[in-house]
Amino acid sequence: MSRFNKNGKREMPEMNTSSLPDLIFTILFFFMIVTSMREVTLMVKFTTPQGTELEKLERKSLVSFIYVGPPIDQLRPTMGSGTRIQLNGKFAEPAEVMDFISEERASMGSEQALQTVSIKADEKTQMGVITDIKQVLRKSWALKINYSATKRN
Amino acid sequence: MAKKKRKVPALNSSSTADISFMLLIFFLVTTSMDTDTGLARRLPPPPEDDQKENEMEVKERNVLRVIINGAGNLMCNGDYIEIRELKQRAKDFIKNENNSSKLPELHPKYIELLGQCAVTDKHVISVQTDRSTPYTIYFQVQNELVAAYNELRNELSKVKFGKPYEALAKEQQEAIREYYPQKISEAEPKDYSKN
Repeated sequence: MSRFNKNGKREMPEMNTSSLPDLIFTILFFFMIVTSMREVTLMVKFTTPQGTELEKLERKSLVSFIYVGPPIDQLRPTMGSGTRIQLNGKFAEPAEVMDFISEERASMGSEQALQTVSIKADEKTQMGVITDIKQVLRKSWALKINYSATKRN
Repeated sequence: MAKKKRKVPALNSSSTADISFMLLIFFLVTTSMDTDTGLARRLPPPPEDDQKENEMEVKERNVLRVIINGAGNLMCNGDYIEIRELKQRAKDFIKNENNSSKLPELHPKYIELLGQCAVTDKHVISVQTDRSTPYTIYFQVQNELVAAYNELRNELSKVKFGKPYEALAKEQQEAIREYYPQKISEAEPKDYSKN
């Protein structure tokens, strides 16, 4: 038989792998929880416009999101159907964007200069609202912005 | 009947690890696939008083004025155009191939890796909107303008380096960007409906 296995009696001791599935399951659950934690409950409805020259949004921890659109159907009776701005979990006025930006900036630490603001706006929004937001962003020196969009085929 | 103790056969669980591994990989892949995409732009810094004077000095031939009205119609340097025509208009404007006197001035400029070239680095594309302009039209206009720059950069890099812009080294990309600098200005908002 084998040339190296001279006495033929030695065997590799088997490793006990019965806990391996549990280990992997733990990692799996960790990822499942972490990925869903970053989601904000949306209070506005929006369909982002479609474009061809899109870039990927990188470094998610340095991105602040501003949602713009009409309130979702459940909130329509109380909030009306006009275009609203959502910052984190609440509705806001354009002027409040400034506080929001500085709050976000404070949580970013040393990489504040790379702060990006992603505007997720409904395609039917009127430019007036967007312009107001942009003016406030300029005033608060958050100049890197990203118009969120989906790929057009 | 006599009761007999039966042994339950053990289930072979050696494949559970593989199954959960596959689930793990599935979640890893799907979560990273869901990246946000969008059109990256840079806003101008907040206006100062002395900056306004500088804006006035831009020559008429160096400006491509794109105006979008509340109904989403486009006007480009005085002509009504469709969105799909805008890219070509912008490309002709930025390039000024025949040194036309109506298109932006060509300046001699020395760029590393490209040598002596004539570039239209003083050009400005100004986008003006009304407060009631639909966001989607504004977005399409921005998209077309960025597309015009990207196509020009791609054409140049294919001529000079024989490769598409994306495949170039960092210094080469920088040289191309210096040849075709992106200059899309967002004019101060105006409310035309009040006039």
